[in-house]
Amino acid sequence: MDELNALFGGFAVALSAYHIMLMVIGITLGVVIGVLPGLGGANGVAILLPLTFSMPPTSAIILLTSIYWGALFGGAITSILFNIPGEPWSVATTFDGHPMAQNGKADEALVGAFTASFVGAIFAVCLITFLAPVVAKFALKFGPAEFFAVQFLTFASFIGMGRGSAFKTVASMCLGFALASVGLDGVTGTLRMTFGQDELLNGFKFLVAVIGLFGVGEILCSMEDGLKFNGATAKLRMDAVIRTWKQLPKMWLTFLRSCIVGCWMGITPGGATPASFMGYGIAKRLSKNGPNFGKGELEGVVAPETAAHAAGTAALLPMLTLGIPGSPTAAVLLGGLLIWGLQPGPLLFVEQPDFVWGLIASMYLGNVVGLVMVLTCVPAFAAILRVPFSIIAPAIVFICAIGAFTVNNAMFDVWMMLIFGVLGYLFNKLRYPLPPLVLALVLGDQAESSFRQAMLVSQGDVSIFWSNWLCGSIMTLGLVMAFWPTLQTLRAKLTSSGPVARAA
Amino acid sequence: MIRRGVSKARTIAAALAASACLTAPALAQGWEPTKPVTLIIPAGTGGGADQMARFIQGLVQKHNLMKQPLIVINKSGGAGAEGFLEMKASANDPHKIAITLSNLFTTPLGTGSPFGWKDMKPVAMLALDQFVLWVNTEAPQKTAKDYVEAVKAGADRQFKMGGTGSKQEDQILTAAVEQQTGGKKFTYVPYAGGGQVAVQLVGKHVDSTVNNPIEAVAQWRAGQLRPLCIFDAKRSTYTAKVTEKEAWSDIPTCKESGLPVEYQMLRGIFTTKNATPAQVNFYVDLMKKVMATPEWHEFMEKGAFNQTFMSGPDYEKWVANADTQHADLMKNAGFLATQ
Repeated sequence: MDELNALFGGFAVALSAYHIMLMVIGITLGVVIGVLPGLGGANGVAILLPLTFSMPPTSAIILLTSIYWGALFGGAITSILFNIPGEPWSVATTFDGHPMAQNGKADEALVGAFTASFVGAIFAVCLITFLAPVVAKFALKFGPAEFFAVQFLTFASFIGMGRGSAFKTVASMCLGFALASVGLDGVTGTLRMTFGQDELLNGFKFLVAVIGLFGVGEILCSMEDGLKFNGATAKLRMDAVIRTWKQLPKMWLTFLRSCIVGCWMGITPGGATPASFMGYGIAKRLSKNGPNFGKGELEGVVAPETAAHAAGTAALLPMLTLGIPGSPTAAVLLGGLLIWGLQPGPLLFVEQPDFVWGLIASMYLGNVVGLVMVLTCVPAFAAILRVPFSIIAPAIVFICAIGAFTVNNAMFDVWMMLIFGVLGYLFNKLRYPLPPLVLALVLGDQAESSFRQAMLVSQGDVSIFWSNWLCGSIMTLGLVMAFWPTLQTLRAKLTSSGPVARAA
Repeated sequence: MIRRGVSKARTIAAALAASACLTAPALAQGWEPTKPVTLIIPAGTGGGADQMARFIQGLVQKHNLMKQPLIVINKSGGAGAEGFLEMKASANDPHKIAITLSNLFTTPLGTGSPFGWKDMKPVAMLALDQFVLWVNTEAPQKTAKDYVEAVKAGADRQFKMGGTGSKQEDQILTAAVEQQTGGKKFTYVPYAGGGQVAVQLVGKHVDSTVNNPIEAVAQWRAGQLRPLCIFDAKRSTYTAKVTEKEAWSDIPTCKESGLPVEYQMLRGIFTTKNATPAQVNFYVDLMKKVMATPEWHEFMEKGAFNQTFMSGPDYEKWVANADTQHADLMKNAGFLATQ
């Protein structure tokens, strides 16, 4: 058990008063960054990176990864309370988290989300501790075709998830694809659908769309409903943690599924955002509470949060062992490693064992410290809902506008956010589902590039997606998922039309 | 909690105020910036230009090289056009500087975005980034000549070249290599970032890459990738061993191994067009101070950069020359925007 020895060595490095202090500071900053829509973990880490140049590398990475944990935790807070995802990976948390808050269960949703985050992260850290070299090799198998297969599976696991018509889901998804295609076409290197407007060079940024569609859209809907938050009158009880934890053990299967999905997506590197959507989609499909998802089911909060956090943590693994970042934040951390004089890559574990194991030990500690910190604050977070709507709503719109502005430092994005807000309201009124649009906007351009790269490699031959077992099995699974609702309807029709036929 | 909300708002308000200042018309300047200086990166977070810019920011802060803070902003939209267009639009604001990659030359040609280096004022060349031809260590080709012969002998488009972006430096360099392969073309596969390209080569999803040294050095040291040649006129000057046996200086130039192609990428600083000579001088001095730090030398060696420093008319001439070269290369390769 060399790993265990090395890990205890790592704990010896990470467990000092100075490092614990850095963790507390980092997590506090991270939570703030996660709560603010638009600032985002990657930006937060990038802003603070230069401050760490005078620190020893181990201390620096402990501070920066703590910010990362904090941002992962913090993203859930506004998603649940106000339906505003502070981070892309918290979008799926809003699906059930916000309805829970409206039912007066905001505290339970928060505890569930935080605990799920913690479980996901610890699962991924264990994986990193014991399986790093094996996993790193597996990631090398992923070429363009494999990437597309994974992205296809994510989309497929989503189809038929909406409560309304499947056609509305597809329509919403197509709108998302259309928005995702604006800007630079990465494969041909030319601009498309920018109509000569400089503002459109950047395309439609996911965060701007999400802040508008969810945040502003929600405010518009609440205004119509009578200028108050549903669930605001719920009594504040201090036993939220125990109450929620009692419900969690029976969801072990959901936890496990989301952990696996999350680690897979973090390593491959799909990232935390698709992982959260996929975790939610799979739980909805496979859990027996599935039909209630979207109405305020605790399991619907747990599933995406576990997957997102597992992915966010596992994303650090390819960064350390291969030198490729699994997420935007990991990309910034990677830059930091180089600046501190560390060379990420296959030799990092051999050459810098103190650093690597110190970092891994700090992942365990950082998450424990983070969980304790955010859990103690749950009643305070939940109490925000008691602030009168007329005070908090303008504040939210204001913060949303700043968030949208910070994405690109452009006023244009603030106008876009407001337009998306109206669109979100209309979607809500016309009962079109928003999640497929958001998913397509996040993953659309990645899926498109992977598909076209694969087509370049195979000279236009689609059979490349079934050219090896890995890619072929993911694609086949994706196709099954995509047509599952159709198959179910068919089966239902056959069984119900059976007796009718006989009667006739 | 309320208090926390207020402090958040305050931080953001400060950030807003800072950026609002930057867009205000500049007053006549003396020798020193009177407000924070923005360093625009026309590329995404995590790439080579981003790393260098953030490193400079860290050095300026650590050694207290400037009284006003240096703020780094990524403006990567439209292959960097967003950042360059902002520089062009703020011609009268000397509190903005930009770090450039080859997209200064390639983006206007490839996308038709209306800007060029003449819309900015050159400050200084910090370094030239190298390109190396890499193959997987399991590939049978040991030299660039072997590889070129293999491409010549193979079917057209049989060999896959991985690179960063499309119609940018990696693909331009690929096009230049193709002029030496007897009419045989590569299948060029564009990826989002250099690190990803290196890993795709390790996983054998492509046959070769033209990664920058820093993007592939980890895989070289781990014995997964093999450098065939470096696209510079002379071998690298770094003689310290990088792997167990080899140093950067052991990699032959492409020319000496039978592939007469040279290409390097500018890592340089520009400021806005109407900056006065005094203002340009301030930034030249600042960059000289940055480059005098020991950390900078270490950074240069790690990335095997060609440490050529230029400023003033020399630099301007170099940039003008590079612009013409890129126009030729892109025209020959058919990469020009169709408008």
